[in-house]
Amino acid sequence: MAGRPASTTEMKMEEKNAKQHREDICPGKKDKLDLQTVRAQIAQTKGPEYWRSLEELAGSSEFQEMMHREFPKGASEWLDAVSRRGFLKLMGASLAMAGMTACTKQPMEPIVPYVRQPEEVIPGRPLFFASAFTLGGYASPILVESHLYRPTKIEGNEQHPASLGGTDVFAQASILGMYDPDRSQTIAYLGDVRTWGNFLEAIRGPLNAQKAVQGAGIRILTRTVSSPALSDQLKSVLKLYPQAKWHVYEPVNRDNVLEGAKMAFGQPVETQYKLENADVIVSLDADFLYAGFPGSTRYIRDFAKRRNPDAGNMSRLYVVESTMTSTGAKADHRLPVRASDVAAFAGHLPAAISTNEPVPTLEHPEQQKFTNALVQELRSHRGSSVVIPGDHQPLVVHVLAHEINQALGNVGKTVFYTDPVDANPINQTDSIKDLVADMRAGKVDMLFILGGNPAYDAPADLNFADALKNTNIPMRVHLGLYQDETAELCQWHVNEAHYLEAWGDARAYDGTVSIVQPLIAPLYGGKSAYELIALLAGQTEATGHEIVQGYWQKQHPGADFDMFWRKSLHDGWIDGTTFSPKQFPMKMASYLPFAKNPPNAIEINFRRDPCVYDGCFSNNGWLQELPKPMSKMTWDNPVLIGPAMADRMGLRTEDLVTLELNGKKVTAPIWIQAGHPDNSITVFLGYGRKRAGRAGTGAGFDMYPLRSSATPWFTTGVNLTKAGGTYKLATTQGYQTMDTPEGARPQVRTASIEEYRKEPDFARDEEPPAELTLYKPYPYDKELYVWGMAIDLNACVGCNNCIVACQSENNIPVVGKEQVVIGRHMHWLRVDAYYQGDRDSPKAYFQPVPCQQCENAPCEVVCPVGATVHSTEGLNDMVYNRCVGTRYCSNNCPYKVRRFNFLLFQDWETPQLKMMRNPDVTVRSRGVMEKCTYCIQRITQHRIDSEREDRKIQDGELQTACQQSCPAQAITFGNINDPSSQVSKFKAITRNYSLLADLNTRPRTTYLAEISNPNPELET
Amino acid sequence: MQIFHRSTNTISRATIYGAVFLIAVLLWAVLELQRSPYITYAKVARPQPVPFSHQHHVGGLGIDCRYCHTSVENSSFAGIPPTKTCMNCHSQIWTAAPLLEPVRESFRTGKSLVWTRVNDLPDFVYFDHSIHINKGVGCNTCHGPVDRMPLMFNYASLQMEWCLECHRAPEKNLRPRDQVFNMRYEQPSNDKPVVLDGKLYTDQLSLGTNLVRKYKLRTVTDITSCSTCHR
Repeated sequence: MAGRPASTTEMKMEEKNAKQHREDICPGKKDKLDLQTVRAQIAQTKGPEYWRSLEELAGSSEFQEMMHREFPKGASEWLDAVSRRGFLKLMGASLAMAGMTACTKQPMEPIVPYVRQPEEVIPGRPLFFASAFTLGGYASPILVESHLYRPTKIEGNEQHPASLGGTDVFAQASILGMYDPDRSQTIAYLGDVRTWGNFLEAIRGPLNAQKAVQGAGIRILTRTVSSPALSDQLKSVLKLYPQAKWHVYEPVNRDNVLEGAKMAFGQPVETQYKLENADVIVSLDADFLYAGFPGSTRYIRDFAKRRNPDAGNMSRLYVVESTMTSTGAKADHRLPVRASDVAAFAGHLPAAISTNEPVPTLEHPEQQKFTNALVQELRSHRGSSVVIPGDHQPLVVHVLAHEINQALGNVGKTVFYTDPVDANPINQTDSIKDLVADMRAGKVDMLFILGGNPAYDAPADLNFADALKNTNIPMRVHLGLYQDETAELCQWHVNEAHYLEAWGDARAYDGTVSIVQPLIAPLYGGKSAYELIALLAGQTEATGHEIVQGYWQKQHPGADFDMFWRKSLHDGWIDGTTFSPKQFPMKMASYLPFAKNPPNAIEINFRRDPCVYDGCFSNNGWLQELPKPMSKMTWDNPVLIGPAMADRMGLRTEDLVTLELNGKKVTAPIWIQAGHPDNSITVFLGYGRKRAGRAGTGAGFDMYPLRSSATPWFTTGVNLTKAGGTYKLATTQGYQTMDTPEGARPQVRTASIEEYRKEPDFARDEEPPAELTLYKPYPYDKELYVWGMAIDLNACVGCNNCIVACQSENNIPVVGKEQVVIGRHMHWLRVDAYYQGDRDSPKAYFQPVPCQQCENAPCEVVCPVGATVHSTEGLNDMVYNRCVGTRYCSNNCPYKVRRFNFLLFQDWETPQLKMMRNPDVTVRSRGVMEKCTYCIQRITQHRIDSEREDRKIQDGELQTACQQSCPAQAITFGNINDPSSQVSKFKAITRNYSLLADLNTRPRTTYLAEISNPNPELET
Repeated sequence: MQIFHRSTNTISRATIYGAVFLIAVLLWAVLELQRSPYITYAKVARPQPVPFSHQHHVGGLGIDCRYCHTSVENSSFAGIPPTKTCMNCHSQIWTAAPLLEPVRESFRTGKSLVWTRVNDLPDFVYFDHSIHINKGVGCNTCHGPVDRMPLMFNYASLQMEWCLECHRAPEKNLRPRDQVFNMRYEQPSNDKPVVLDGKLYTDQLSLGTNLVRKYKLRTVTDITSCSTCHR
């Protein structure tokens, strides 16, 4: 949405025509993957060892063509039907115009100083404020960069134990969420604009009436609340109206975790993991290395730390999972099974571990081998292993995981139990069921929906939207960021203040409370949930600040409160709020024996989307256009299906299928996902929104109608039939493929730890001699700094955080689905996913690829206007103002890291988006090439600061945007002229290698090869 | 049979040479226009809500640049004084001057004064005041004799060729750091030598060359790299 082409006639024409022509211009897409051919080709020839797409594996001619093109077919073509004559006329005119633009007179600009300038502000320099981003109730600590009190960028809070400087995609993209021009901007009554005063008046009467009946008709529906202040407020409202009820619902909830804990311990318990102490990690369908899993940022850091083959003991990761995830990609051993089979798998473990009995015989030899090895491994790693169950696995799996961790003595070493972070740990599915029952029974007079969008995302069998529409609740109030599907069905809609605009507090996964502080006054005068609840408690005039500060004053009544408050705000957390681990006695759990699904029954998985989560980020263009970790899909949520199953059913990628479940039907395209378990399909939630905004409305397919309260995460009985027809998907998987010449080595290099020890420099290629170039080498020894980057593939978990961080830092536009289809997406940094081996159970690797900043840069020598030139510190500078858009540089770039503004992708009109941009980076226009600059703005600022202080830039003080918030610390940037810098040390490691080294481009970005730590018993 | 008159030869020759001449003149005119104050606003005073006189405040009263432009030493942006800065004095003196009414109104109502930006670089140029001050570039090297400007105007064209003049030969303009804010500083001459570290300098080149070393200026290649000013 940020960069949808502006509405010039030209662009409209372009878009219209593009649609007509698009079908026959995308070669890789036109003749879709024919699995028969694939199989035949695989049988005949040995495919590449590593592959990015199934097309590549099959070596199809479409793939070959795609690889050799600079951009996919259609990207560079003028798709308009404008005649040659018309074109020449246009050219003539634009040439004349071009001549004129040289004489552009700069307009006079106003400059507006403060009346009274705040003391801490230095105009031209950003300030950083600590705050927290909350998702699913769990807070992620962040620092927010603020330019003259305009928040522009989210960074990680390096001092906070829950993140240690990392962030995730949702936190990074939340800044766009705040500036989203589609946000609700007023209070509305039946769609008409109202004021806060009108609202106060309207609820006063009904509230008073409720006093008489002790609030029997009041229902409050929130999302998961971990905020101590808000839960305190809600409790006091419940005291005031003892018959009122507080319901909680979130579609991506942790009911199973809660129920599992209740069964195992008799009470809600939060489970934390210390992965740095774990030698063996077992994931039972837990995607714990991706955003949205509580604590994932910290877990990624700890996981990456223990995966360094050059520093002691590497940990080993076993993943049993029901769909291909980035966590599965990092596994040393991955077992794809259907979601319902995970319980059966886990069920074998406790007995086998505690009794030393052999594992019972399983049906599949593969599974048998895997289980045997895993049991062996767990037995020999008592106290240094950890079993992590996935949130969507049934409570049985959670109980089993608790049992196994107890039996192995992991509790207190790698597994810790604390009080729950959720302030109201109730079964959310039951909660919303009760609410709907009450609504239908006519017991509800006033319904407050605070955040959330139940009309869209509540379980389908409850038919929440219908209950809301047809039960005649006299007072329905919706507080939300958007006038969404739920707002439409409520009489009153109050526009919510974004978390960057309002006061609040929230707990991180370890219980630490962060104060959420506003970075800017509400853009549209929105109200927070705190302020709305205060109304119910009778405090009409309470501001969010008073509420949150007042609550903490009660907790910390000393005379030093001011100091305490300031310190908490400054640091980003409140001292002493971290939950300390507790002992919870394990009850003898008595769960039902798990029913096994027949092996041929097709199972459907409902998962939160890696980009738009449950739909709440639908209108966030950055997230919509973010390629999903494994499929690199943007803007859509196709049905994921395993290759074998697709094969059997004769389905090809992009074929439309109809899913039928419980009488509901959804038609959506399919995507064949390598590594997806057989007889199972995965659908992502959060798409197909009807009232999301310009980016989210209409993108993808709504899967919620298939999701019932009884089986929210997976179920059998889904009927999958071919619907006929196809649907265009925008995936970047096959784009920007680097050509690997015959016999050359693949771009991603991997070895097992054994192989690495035997041959430490296995990844290195023999580089051509440095003098083998026609150009004079630059004498870098005289330079103070020569910048370089090392990316540790072993640490990278493919979490995509760097892509969004880069987009935010460098003002990178969003182009929209149509443009992604023809390969015009603008991300400066891409994360390639490579698969290896069998398509049904491949290994997978991630490789972030920014500009390689080559020493002998092929782009520089072909630019006719000197728009890309070598800097004295070794960067390939990109000078936008010189660029005339010949695209020779991009054509000559073997790494395909340059991006061209084919259209005016940047939104130059919307005032909100202007405020969001990083003022230190040029906003590029149409016809200009752009690429990664190693965050030259940050380099320059640090160079200036250090020179002013007459010192050198310290190693580690200067971090690029991708590096700063990388939860895994996979990216290291620094001065390679200094042998003691971290980046030099990394580059000296033997597994360091360059991409396409044989081309003698001498890239400054190098990679540390990925080293796996497989179990020798499972190596065959 | 001759269609054209003999004079056509001369006319056509004249036309061809004339055309070359005409194009050259046109080109020259365009280039001149491009560098002219019409485009660059150089030495053109701009309309302001209050006719603030640098001549009076700096030249007459001797107020230091940094009294108002507070962030010049530690930020890219020198800073425009908040209304409060004006009112520090003008709540005591000239309290009833009609000229100052917009200032008082701003202070009363809390609404900012809206000035017209004078030294306005294009948005793709990232100039940093602090580093120039630090390396010994005087204020008036770029801003001209501000202490003699009743109304503010930009002294130089602020075009890239002008920036590069100095970036290619910084020694021609550098001065000791303690002289940066001196509006009446003159380059060393035999009459008025400049003292640096107890040594007398009588010509700019030797002083400048020394300062380039002393202040650790990056090489000319470094500071003429594109990414020095463009990002």
